Amino acid sequence: MSADRVSYTLDSTLETVNNAEETASRMAAAAGFNDEEIMKISMAVREAAVNAVLHGNAYDPSKKVTLAFERTAHDLVIVIRDQGKGLDASKIPDPLAPDNLLKTSGRGIFLIRSFMDVVEIHPSQTGTELIMIKHVHGNPVDS
Amino acid sequence: MSMKSSTRQVDGVTIVDLSGRITLGEGSVVLRDTVRDLLSKGQKKILLNLADVNYIDSSGIGELVSAFTSCKNQGGELKLLNLTKKVHDLLQITKLYTVFDVKEDEAAAVKSFGS
Repeated sequence: MSADRVSYTLDSTLETVNNAEETASRMAAAAGFNDEEIMKISMAVREAAVNAVLHGNAYDPSKKVTLAFERTAHDLVIVIRDQGKGLDASKIPDPLAPDNLLKTSGRGIFLIRSFMDVVEIHPSQTGTELIMIKHVHGNPVDS
Repeated sequence: MSMKSSTRQVDGVTIVDLSGRITLGEGSVVLRDTVRDLLSKGQKKILLNLADVNYIDSSGIGELVSAFTSCKNQGGELKLLNLTKKVHDLLQITKLYTVFDVKEDEAAAVKSFGS
């Protein structure tokens, strides 16, 4: 049903980060996740939005962030896209490495991977698409 | 909800009571400015009371790390007090729980600072 998918086009602002988090929290609650899962999902979306607004679009007012939520039979699928230069995830240092533990940044993607069941990063020259999937509790896991 | 910060002195230790969210933007700035201000005044025994911090994101984690290293680099000590479960879990998965000196009792935490 079309009502199971909603998408938003958002400005590259800090307000977008907060709005994305709040929207994710509402969507996750509507999908039936418990409080802890809702926190994890909303935090993953917040971190993804931070990446899109800051590192992707670099607060450029001419660039937009798109955020989409889709509730399927087994999953909540969240897609966020920016219009930046494309994120090369392979160049992000491991934040758990002893030499990186005291770095003040670089934990966003790690937290997203920790909180979501499936995370795909698709960079291109026209931006980065980040797909995050959380399996709905109690349903069989999709492969 | 934005973050609030207030400080009090107990036996030579500055206890910073924080409440709200330590996130990108205002929350992180409040924490940064508070710690910078204390260090500039020579107050280098800092206990961050996080009992009322209900949310922290990766920027907030980075700000805690920055506060910790700034204090350490100036010969001081910065410890954490009263972590909520959310913050505790975040520090666990980021392997920072063992980096920070985390306390659960204020009186014992104050005593633990060197003279």
